[in-house]
Amino acid sequence: MLAQALLLQLGYNATLVTIGAALLGAAAGITGTFLFLRKRALVADAVSHATLPGVAMAFLIMVALGGEGRSLIGLLLGSAVSAMVGLWCMNALTRHTRLAEDAAIGAVLSVFFGFGVVLMTVIQSLGVGRQAGLEGFLLGSTAGMLFADAVTIALGGLAVLAVIAVMRRPMLLVSFDPEYAAAQGVNVPRVDMAMMALVMAVTVVGLKIVGLILIVALLIIPAVTARFWSERAGQVVILSGAFGGVAAYLGAAVSATAPNLPTGPIIVLFSAALFLLSLLLAPGRGVLAAILRHRRFQARVHMRQGLLALAQGQEIFEPLTRRLLRRAGLMRADGVATDDGRAQAAKALRDEARWAMLRRDQAQEAASAQYDGLRGIETVLTADQIAALDARIGAPKEAI
Amino acid sequence: MGSEFVPLSLPPLLIGAFAAVACALPGNFLLLRRQALIGDAISHVALPGIVVAFLITGAISTWPMMIGAAGAAVISVVLIEVIRRLGRIEPGAAMGVVFTAMFAGGVLLLEQTDTSSVHLDVEHALYGNLESLIWLDATGWGSLLDWDALRHLPPELPRIAVTLLGVVLFLWLFWRPLAISTFDEGFARTLGLRTTALGLALVVVAAIAAVAAFDAVGSIIVIAMFICPPAAARMMTNRLGVQVAWSVAFALLSAVLGYVLAGYGPLWIGMYDAVSAAGMIATVSGVILALTAVFGPCRHRAGAPAGV
Repeated sequence: MLAQALLLQLGYNATLVTIGAALLGAAAGITGTFLFLRKRALVADAVSHATLPGVAMAFLIMVALGGEGRSLIGLLLGSAVSAMVGLWCMNALTRHTRLAEDAAIGAVLSVFFGFGVVLMTVIQSLGVGRQAGLEGFLLGSTAGMLFADAVTIALGGLAVLAVIAVMRRPMLLVSFDPEYAAAQGVNVPRVDMAMMALVMAVTVVGLKIVGLILIVALLIIPAVTARFWSERAGQVVILSGAFGGVAAYLGAAVSATAPNLPTGPIIVLFSAALFLLSLLLAPGRGVLAAILRHRRFQARVHMRQGLLALAQGQEIFEPLTRRLLRRAGLMRADGVATDDGRAQAAKALRDEARWAMLRRDQAQEAASAQYDGLRGIETVLTADQIAALDARIGAPKEAI
Repeated sequence: MGSEFVPLSLPPLLIGAFAAVACALPGNFLLLRRQALIGDAISHVALPGIVVAFLITGAISTWPMMIGAAGAAVISVVLIEVIRRLGRIEPGAAMGVVFTAMFAGGVLLLEQTDTSSVHLDVEHALYGNLESLIWLDATGWGSLLDWDALRHLPPELPRIAVTLLGVVLFLWLFWRPLAISTFDEGFARTLGLRTTALGLALVVVAAIAAVAAFDAVGSIIVIAMFICPPAAARMMTNRLGVQVAWSVAFALLSAVLGYVLAGYGPLWIGMYDAVSAAGMIATVSGVILALTAVFGPCRHRAGAPAGV
């Protein structure tokens, strides 16, 4: 069953939904990256919650006009309108009042959602809400999705991707460095607005699959995940799209295999799993890499200090230092240096003396600034310079 | 009048008002500290906490669920901090990752377990059930003095009242340190105040208020009351004490007006069913915020009253 779902063998509609989800996930991941780099990730949360009154209002209007109120396009149009109003309110609050952006986000989110809930209860009292499946917009539901709905979603995801392909240069520039973008003649407010329009489009298209409470996860988590793997903005965008697409594809496929697996939460949990893996395993910024880096650094410090202690004939008590020296074959179990150890210890002590001499020389300020107690002096000076230093220090003393 | 008002409307009205004030009070400080969205995060992660508590105890009982929700809130705050530090990610994004993932986990758990026999679903967690918190033993105003009837008050009422008392006590005890560390953290540290512990204590108090309110009235009110009344109060004044007073007034006004509009408003315009009280309270608080954003004397960033 699962293999069938992953290979798109579960019937025409399920296949279409899975492909649509993957397109949506990719579009959301890419859009979210711009938002994340712009440090406005949670704006998406306000936009998505602000869609609820629009959905309810569109339903009421369609019913009032004598329709059934089920047309997905009509509901999505309504959600887009109210998301736009919410966005406008948020901008007005941050621009014209003293409120910070986070307060504006929270205010818009809660008030619009609250008003949406009021409208939902009105619909319930009309007695036709259940049939329309409006509840599905909260958490998303792909069960019983019509063919036309699936096509709408797939096309919507594709359209967002196309717009991003056209707009990617200015959006990347603005999200990465708005001041530089402005200096380059990019109209930053307009690009910001385009970015928000894309967020809105992703939210609206994703309402049916993921639901308005969790759609923000599709915008944030892949972007944060991708950030672990690369320091280049262009690569982060592409990776984020890939992570979002994969999570949405897997989530939609898995949720099609059993009745109790709601699509939205499954997709979100798949992206959270990808995030967790990246947090732990990513090279460079991952936790494991950081621990390894720390251990390597610790070993270098202990080794160096151990060698210096050997050279000066001091006994070493620190267990980690002893272990490292013995493993490298520089010290015997009784704490006496091997021949190899004596040679390296003498070199370490000599290097210290060279550094000390170098740092006394004001003409060599740039080189001596690199001293951190670990760096080998031959990485800073040429062989000739070291020889000149040695000449000033004098001949090596008899080994102790 | 009293025979209908006291059993049916007084308890939900009081619970709504207490919950609103309990959330608005810490909300003032969270707003000033740019942590306004903590309430949003907490109310989302309460769901998995409640579901896990239900799975462990196998019954809908209040204390395990409150502990579960509070535990989930603390875990989420720790996770946000861990992810922010380990991954060097901006706090907003870290928050977004944690609360959406935990909420998704909660929804999935809820769908996977058989909760058909008990009243536990996502909509309930979002909307609350303020209207159903009625006091059937009351017969009129006299019941307020009748011990037997008082014992059958909806249990949410004493719980939220105690929570409110706790919040007030916390703010009263730590008013000066909180105020100083909110406005100038560096100065507070030079005075020897433990600002990190204080910040954490504030978040914990907010979480307790959120969970208690969440239990009674659902998460919409929690998020709205953490942000809207303090934000509206901020437009009215530059002084912290006055701001807190305004926020309490706005919270009370939202709760009472919202409840009345939800219960009776539809009747006035010729409809027969009441609408969601929680949603209406949030809506009213939004209207108040909008009014203050347009007319409030201190709405501008510079802080000077308009026209001065």
